[in-house]
Amino acid sequence: MRILVVEDDLEAQRYLVNGLKEAGHVVDDAADGELGLTLALSRPYDVAIIDRMLPRMDGLKMVEELREHSNVTPVLFLSALSDVDDRVKGLKAGGDDYLTKPYAFVELLARLDALMRRRQPGAVKTLLQVGDLELDLLTRTARRGDVDIDLQPREFRLLEYLMRHAGQVVTRTMLLESVWEYHFDPQTNVIDVHISRLRAKIDKGFDVPLLHTVRGAGYMIRARG
Amino acid sequence: MEERSGSARRDADHSPYEVQTRPQTWRIGLLRTVAFRIVLLYVALFAISTTAILAFTYWNTKRALNSETDSIVSAELSALEGQYQELGLVGLINALNVRSMRGGQMLYVLTDPRFRRIAGNLDGWPKVRARESDYQNFKYDRDGQTRHARGFVFNLTGGLHLLVARDIHEQYESERLFTTALPWSVGLLLLLALGGGVLLSSDLLRRLDVINSTSKVIMAGDLTRRVPVSRAHDEFDLVASNLNSMLDRIEQLMKGMREVTDSVAHDLRSPLNRLRNRLESAATRLDPDTHTAAQIDAAIAETDHLIATFNALLLIAQAEAGVVREAMTLVDLTSVVEGVAELYAPVAEEKGIELAVDLGEPLTLEANRTLISQALANLVDNAIKYTPEGGKIDVRLEERSGVVVLSVADNGPGIPASEHKRVTERFVRLEQSRNSPGTGLGLSLVAAVARLHEARFVLADNGPGLKASLEFVRHPRR
Repeated sequence: MRILVVEDDLEAQRYLVNGLKEAGHVVDDAADGELGLTLALSRPYDVAIIDRMLPRMDGLKMVEELREHSNVTPVLFLSALSDVDDRVKGLKAGGDDYLTKPYAFVELLARLDALMRRRQPGAVKTLLQVGDLELDLLTRTARRGDVDIDLQPREFRLLEYLMRHAGQVVTRTMLLESVWEYHFDPQTNVIDVHISRLRAKIDKGFDVPLLHTVRGAGYMIRARG
Repeated sequence: MEERSGSARRDADHSPYEVQTRPQTWRIGLLRTVAFRIVLLYVALFAISTTAILAFTYWNTKRALNSETDSIVSAELSALEGQYQELGLVGLINALNVRSMRGGQMLYVLTDPRFRRIAGNLDGWPKVRARESDYQNFKYDRDGQTRHARGFVFNLTGGLHLLVARDIHEQYESERLFTTALPWSVGLLLLLALGGGVLLSSDLLRRLDVINSTSKVIMAGDLTRRVPVSRAHDEFDLVASNLNSMLDRIEQLMKGMREVTDSVAHDLRSPLNRLRNRLESAATRLDPDTHTAAQIDAAIAETDHLIATFNALLLIAQAEAGVVREAMTLVDLTSVVEGVAELYAPVAEEKGIELAVDLGEPLTLEANRTLISQALANLVDNAIKYTPEGGKIDVRLEERSGVVVLSVADNGPGIPASEHKRVTERFVRLEQSRNSPGTGLGLSLVAAVARLHEARFVLADNGPGLKASLEFVRHPRR
């Protein structure tokens, strides 16, 4: 995957670039908004990571310009700004996701994965499958093997999100943002409790577990461990 | 336990702690303005004094005119009396006949003991008592017209009665004119003054209204608005321009506050970010089972705690300064409550706590959805933390006469009423709860969110337990 990193904090940039390269991505970097915009317009990227506050051209402005040029590269904003309404501004300017510094690298990787995956075109799926687990989005039903699984609406959305990102790490924050649409830290491990209930429904009594905990990162649903 | 919560409840009844005092925004009616009241008072004083002066003048004039009449009558009487004593009854009758021929305002009549006319220019004895005591006013007819007169009765020897009087009809007419005109003119005066008062106070009100409506818009968050200053350079313009320079200063401070929080956020988050990055990259190079790896994990957790505390503090500072007001939209409170309750339901259930939700009618409110959700989450989180196993938590959303009340009540140990104020301050956690996780900013954040929404944050005893309520006053749609 080709990733563009626009970040003026050079140490943070080096860390980001190294981490992404280690994760197997091809990375270009820029330290200001103008150079970032030039790069973004001249080459195709799978995703761009852009700091909100940049010299020469602000991150928001850069993305606005990018969108004006009908460039649809997914953009992940990084921001060290206070974050109550900055997130809204970032998404309005054309950003696809918003991460506040300091962030965990696994969180960033998980979000990049999700952004890049989202971009891949494909037929609209009405049936999600992981191993022998099936989720029918039309009838809103789930079954594993021959067993029907009874899900609460929120559990259904949780499982749907996990299955749409099958094979990817999904962090607790991502779940809270996508499934519950909350952008705050709920302090207690509420997500873990929801996950363990879901796990009891889809994995209990089956030989192969599908829903896995990724240590220090979050969760992943996949057929083979 | 029962004992303690009982006393706490009593205290709470006396002083439930309230965080927010709302700015007063009653509507001033025309009749309640200071200008109108001053005008009214002035008019009343003016009317009273005018009436008094006029009455005094009237009374004085009347007295002067009467005494003039009286002295003329008295002179005539003594002249006639002289005639009578010198020339007897015949002389008196002659004198009366001569005087009656002259015409004029003087009136005379002489009657026998049975009041039959003997001489004089009156047709008969008018309705006058035959006593020599005092001057008397009476009516008589002349040329078919009833006229007023004032005179004196003199009883002669032999039972004859003599009345000498003066026609005061003109004077009487003037008096009557005056006494009927007086209430009318006072009434007219009052009416005119009232009109003037209304005009004056409505003018003042209009100018005050401009200031009021502008300050309402500003209180609602638009700090760029200013009170218009006219070119008259009067007192109102002075107030307006003072207000404006005050607003300039506030706007500057708010802008400064935003810049400070932004740059503090940036300057603290960037190094924290680098710190976390380094720790993370060090950890990835280590076997996760070593002691060093565990230490680094602990350090990362510590960093995250630091970040969480910092974020909460920053949010409180912003909410208190009102900088996040822009993000206010019409929020479906019912769905917020449902969402938060549903998020925490499994956690509560695991602890054996019943989480009951009472929603009533669907409610919407002008609010910041994220902050309201977070405040409610903090309250529910708190309740779950401090409620023992088997306890019950009631989340309730209702509207009572224009006030939307969102409350979370538990039956845990509660908080003593004396501590209600303290727990909403920053970093306070009661001693007994030191060991539970959290930044200690939960309730402070709720208080800040309440302030931002001009809501009241009320902590009260739930007998036993704690009842935390947010009371929102509906804003008229802007």
